[in-house]
Amino acid sequence: MIDEDFVKSLLNGREFLKLLHQNDCLTLSCEPQHFVSFCEHLRDQETFDLLVDLTALDHGLEADIRFSTVVHIYSLVHKSYIRIHVDCMDNESPSVPSISSIFPAANWHERETFDMFGINFVTHPNLKRILMWDDYPYFPLRKEFPLAGIEVPLPAADVSEVTGAAVDPAPMMGGPFVSSGSSRLSQAEPRAKDESWTEDSEKPL
Amino acid sequence: MSTTVKEVQIGDVGAKAALHSDEGKMTLNVGPSHPTTHGVLRLMMELDGDLITRCEPVLGYLHRGDEKIAENMTYNQFVPYTDRLDYLAPLANNVAYAITVEKLAGIELPERCEAIRVLVCEMARISSHLLGMGVFGMDAGAWTPFMYTFTEREKLYSLFEELTGARFTTSYTRIGGVARDLPDGWLPKVEKFVDELPKAIEEVEKLLTRNRIFLDRTEGIGTISKEDAIAFGITGPNLRASGVDLDLRKDKPYSGYEKYDFDVPIGTRGDCYDRYLVRIEEVRQSILIIKQVIASMPKGLWYAEDAKKIFAPPKDKIMTSMEELIQNFMIVTEGPQVPPGEVYFEAENPKGALGFYLVSKGGGVPYRLKIRAPSFCNLSILEKLVPGHMLSDITVILGSLDFVMGECDR
Repeated sequence: MIDEDFVKSLLNGREFLKLLHQNDCLTLSCEPQHFVSFCEHLRDQETFDLLVDLTALDHGLEADIRFSTVVHIYSLVHKSYIRIHVDCMDNESPSVPSISSIFPAANWHERETFDMFGINFVTHPNLKRILMWDDYPYFPLRKEFPLAGIEVPLPAADVSEVTGAAVDPAPMMGGPFVSSGSSRLSQAEPRAKDESWTEDSEKPL
Repeated sequence: MSTTVKEVQIGDVGAKAALHSDEGKMTLNVGPSHPTTHGVLRLMMELDGDLITRCEPVLGYLHRGDEKIAENMTYNQFVPYTDRLDYLAPLANNVAYAITVEKLAGIELPERCEAIRVLVCEMARISSHLLGMGVFGMDAGAWTPFMYTFTEREKLYSLFEELTGARFTTSYTRIGGVARDLPDGWLPKVEKFVDELPKAIEEVEKLLTRNRIFLDRTEGIGTISKEDAIAFGITGPNLRASGVDLDLRKDKPYSGYEKYDFDVPIGTRGDCYDRYLVRIEEVRQSILIIKQVIASMPKGLWYAEDAKKIFAPPKDKIMTSMEELIQNFMIVTEGPQVPPGEVYFEAENPKGALGFYLVSKGGGVPYRLKIRAPSFCNLSILEKLVPGHMLSDITVILGSLDFVMGECDR
């Protein structure tokens, strides 16, 4: 188990770490330049060797530090998680060091985080999109990206060249979560409509 | 209105890729729509004769943006979306998601609710493993076991339908409880089902476990070492088949799993055959757990009573009491009120550890919800695992990993 002594010995002599809280698991924040060596220490000396999750947070357009990556590592010995926040200093082109050389599991997680947030993982061996297609121009999980999506060209350029088709945003009318604001409720509701029964015509007996 | 129809010539992706191959090596494209890939996984492989020299998985064909959607709806509204992650075990996903939010909200659940959740989780595990085993047999060329396991799954679906109203997309949990109590006379039916299930599993085992062809195709194929399994973040039966003793139901018990007595099967070699054996044994252990839950099913409420701003009160109270009516109105319009903070919770799902990382800034909508999908992590080893195998081993390796693309792509 993780106790006070463990936390103290982990923080001792490491000024680049900061204890954030221990609500559900030990949560630290780490400076980016020491992140890789600290992860190596966790894996080799402290038995935190199962990287379960790596993701990022977008703190919003107004935040001083807009992006931070969050890593969860599990220890089979301590039977506990450790969570590390790493802030990305540059808001315009955020970047953090890649830990895929230490945890191979981080490879795909970092690709996904790059795909969704546009965070550059320096020294990642193959940093390209994983869920969206390669030429996709936006980072969908950033807070300014609209839920409905933005019109972009089709991934297959040869098809869109001939048809002029594009990837459209989700339709607002009858689309998810959004009422179109039509005066008639029966028109705005996203469900199959029984035309024989509306506000204008009475329910058939 | 008239539309013009244009004919478009789309080049064959595989043929295009083959042009770029070098020195007699061939590039083969499998998927995204191919029976082997159990969904929409696409594999770009480089072949030297029948030997695979390189394998690049391509994902994202089922990407729906669940995490973005979660940021735009209240906590309870997201429950149906969790059905569609691992759609072979929706009940287990519902439970994992609900526990995550409850952990952040600090809700204690009554014993009955926890027992119901354990019960449905184990039923979901049986359902998922039955499909995994059956389809795995089919991938190795044995059709019949699939028929046996699907007959049993059909019975499970009928039970799910009686409990939740839906066979497939159950949406059974709410934040702070479950949607409704167990129907009258439902538990004896579950008991009858688990009493009869071992017979069906025996039939499957008779057909597969010592079948010469099946052994030849699975033994020593797709071997994942202990070190690799941990390094690539593999979880669930696939990890245990490689000999790592990690079961979150035992190691970090949730929802009262510590009350029940069961074993965690561990493999020794980590090949496709071991993964099959681990799943078979897990079904047997799930049956044991279900029997214990039924025998000790506590009486009481199926929702947390003190969760005033989180769980909607029962319908009869809403209709008769002013305060409960207001409470229900607030929960429906503004969502369950969850305090600010962050939490990470993983549940031992049939496919592996399904994790939710939830960041809240207060209110009824999550600020960020990251879904840690076990299938996503389990597939990341393909790049390393597949090269060196024959092309015909692909079906067996993919079948033994038992992944679901709905969860992988989210």
